[in-house]
Amino acid sequence: MPRIREVAKEKAREKGVKEEVKYEDIRIYTDEELKNYTEDDIKAFKCKHDLPDVLELEKGPWSSFVSDAIREAVHRSKLPDDKMMMAKDCVEDLLGTLQLSYIDKETHWKHGGIVGVFGYGGGVIGRYNDQQETFPGVWSFHTLRINQPASKFYTTEWLRSICDIWEYRGSGCMNLHGSTGDIVCLGTITDQLEPMFFDLTYDMGQDLGGSGSNLRTPSCCIGKARCEFAMFDTQEMCYELTMHYQDELHRPAFPYKFKFKFDGCPNGCVAAIARSCMAYIGTWKDDIRIDQEAVKAYVAGELAPNAGAMAGRDWGKFDIQKEVIERCPTACMEYDGGLKIDNKECTRCMHCINVMPRALRVGADTGFSILFGAKAPILEGAQMSTLTIPFMKSEYPYDNVKALVDKVWDWWMEEGKNRERLGELIQRWSLPKFLEMIGVPPMPQMVREPRSNPYVFWKREDVPGAWHRDINEFRKKHPR
Amino acid sequence: MSLGKFGHYNPDKPMQGRVTDVGPRYYGEMFPDIIIRNYGKWLYHEILEPGVLVHVSETGEKVYTVRAGGCRFMTVEHVREICDIADKYCDGCVRFTTRNCIEWLVDSEEKAKALKEDVGSRKHVGGSLKFPVGGTGAGITNIVHTQGWLHCHTPAIDASGVVKSVMDELYEYFIEMKLPAKLRVSLACCLNMCGAVHCSDIAILGYHRKPPIIDDEVIDKVCELPLVVAACPLGAITIAKTEVKGVKVNTVKVKEERCMFCGNCYTMCMATPLADKEGDCIVLLAGGKISNRLSPPKFSKVVVPALPSNPPRWPEVSATIKRMVEAYAKDARKYERLGDWAERIGWERFFEKCELPFTEHLIDDYRLAYDTYRTTTQFKFTEAAWAVSKAVGGI
Repeated sequence: MPRIREVAKEKAREKGVKEEVKYEDIRIYTDEELKNYTEDDIKAFKCKHDLPDVLELEKGPWSSFVSDAIREAVHRSKLPDDKMMMAKDCVEDLLGTLQLSYIDKETHWKHGGIVGVFGYGGGVIGRYNDQQETFPGVWSFHTLRINQPASKFYTTEWLRSICDIWEYRGSGCMNLHGSTGDIVCLGTITDQLEPMFFDLTYDMGQDLGGSGSNLRTPSCCIGKARCEFAMFDTQEMCYELTMHYQDELHRPAFPYKFKFKFDGCPNGCVAAIARSCMAYIGTWKDDIRIDQEAVKAYVAGELAPNAGAMAGRDWGKFDIQKEVIERCPTACMEYDGGLKIDNKECTRCMHCINVMPRALRVGADTGFSILFGAKAPILEGAQMSTLTIPFMKSEYPYDNVKALVDKVWDWWMEEGKNRERLGELIQRWSLPKFLEMIGVPPMPQMVREPRSNPYVFWKREDVPGAWHRDINEFRKKHPR
Repeated sequence: MSLGKFGHYNPDKPMQGRVTDVGPRYYGEMFPDIIIRNYGKWLYHEILEPGVLVHVSETGEKVYTVRAGGCRFMTVEHVREICDIADKYCDGCVRFTTRNCIEWLVDSEEKAKALKEDVGSRKHVGGSLKFPVGGTGAGITNIVHTQGWLHCHTPAIDASGVVKSVMDELYEYFIEMKLPAKLRVSLACCLNMCGAVHCSDIAILGYHRKPPIIDDEVIDKVCELPLVVAACPLGAITIAKTEVKGVKVNTVKVKEERCMFCGNCYTMCMATPLADKEGDCIVLLAGGKISNRLSPPKFSKVVVPALPSNPPRWPEVSATIKRMVEAYAKDARKYERLGDWAERIGWERFFEKCELPFTEHLIDDYRLAYDTYRTTTQFKFTEAAWAVSKAVGGI
């Protein structure tokens, strides 16, 4: 048996959950109940609400969420009454609410809603309709966030199990996936939150994700599972840190939310640099590996540049000089029949590797950089994460990383104001203070450019004679 | 199987048998065998055709991926159909991407072709494709988006409906790879910007244009007033007293000319709603990116201050985005992201080429605004420049 499968079984045993989720053990609906409608039933279906605008969105080539919702409404209408704990017609009422919003051009969900499960302070987003008499099926429509497996690979056994449980205890509507990464189960009533949570944990060995002022659900790119650029094990690290910080994820103890994201390389397929407070981005510190024969094959036109990503248009013959050498942001490459890279000047932007993936490989000595502080605009303006740790080796169980996380949190939890993101605290206290708090020296790589204003703070102990001075001493040399 | 209202849960003894902190399932349980055998051994990849990738391993094995668009909002019936396909072709494994596309993985090109043919031909009764195949290479893939009027309480616009309308308009770019580089579109229904709006090539943002209405009667009972005051980025809110039905109450006062309608006070307090049928609009941003390829990551910039929010098809939004995409496709150089193109030609040329009017709303006036002004004589003449010269009698 492959090692990963063995580890999976060990992990399940450690957590005291089933080693594998089998749909047959969990399923709620019979085959007949699952196939209880035909296309003609969908065509003949009459929603309880008039939906003139919403139904316009069935047209056009792109997959229609409205058509999908109608299919679910038909399916629910034909399920036995005792096989669902939420209103049978909730999807119809959801579409009715949307139609009303299309007329009013305003949302019809009430403000806020605080619901959850015992033992946790987050994971569920409460929501109530503001037209409860018109749309009783969605008078409450809470969301559960389910922590997705790293990089979102699924077995159908697992997905079908979730589908049955959610159709039984909720609306059958989902988001695959929430922007942070969670599986979002969209719409249930308060009574069903605990039973749903028990089903998830008991039957599926599966936990909720995060919400509120806590560690949110970490997520990662596809990494080594199916990408030749991955420079550390994004799944393993995402999983390990998620497990290590379960308490911080489920019980809000922070000034505000905090996010981890793991990108295997600087291409940023999970957008860690823009969408996480602590972004782990793969990098290398030795040389780009060059296969000169393959470079020649690109030059000769035998291999398509960028793996064929621009094949839909005639861009002419591949020109290595124009498309790679002259585009390199540091101009550290040369081609004269053979490709040369001055690796110490390379900033690892990935362009040449992206263009010639069969000829160039990332280095063999790999790890990741850590950047801090990304956030959306509210309150003090949007931020991308700031490069702070240039390189760290990636080794299970990531004790070096955990030690750093703990230092960052110690500081932010103590000093962060109510609803102040880490990025804003770094702005308010300054990057040098942050460096001092996490115990790293400054380096030129932390800035795009040095400061231009001369408003420089000094610590009193760093100035000869410190700051204690006597005006009388001063006056001896400089009379009034 | 857990049936009945409470299933395994005993409401009389809520902590009994409670399992907590088990986290997600271990990813290794969910990988197909071919992924496990080649984990970390991948050598290179190719895009065989739009929507179909092959990855080649040092073991000699190849995995073929077929990618299809997903709506993000999907029902269990849709997921079950995704599972049926995965059972038929992929030994019961399937995955989702970070942009909410669906990927089925198989071990031969023949299987990939058959799979593409099958999923690509499945249609909803309403006529749309269930699984449009594409989203690879230099095209436009799925739109990262938010909850909108389907589930959120602070949106200025809908999400799913706008996305469906825009993707219908941009469909040709999803199924083909004919742009200079990939072009990422995202949407957020308010400026909390859940998701990727602040760093996308083109972004759609819901925006209010009227200050909040203060519900004086209840505000002190249902809100923490200091949190409402602190929620304002511009200090437009102060604590105040007023009289409601003859009773003196504590409330807040909004200095209207200092409010820029962000809605963050409403996030903190249900008594300051600001949604408005006529005021709420759609802002378009452009030129952001998150990759480090060639140029560093960039924020998206506001290029259209307000388009009408017109359900159910938002024609003004789709048309304006299409115009930007076409101008970019025609003019940009190979590998140039939209933001790289706009910076090279200059934003004045961007507005001209995209036929977008430039208004005062696009000039930054928030804190570090100065850094965005043009402190050089390097500029290009366009009609907008002549208009300024004419206005002062310069020509």
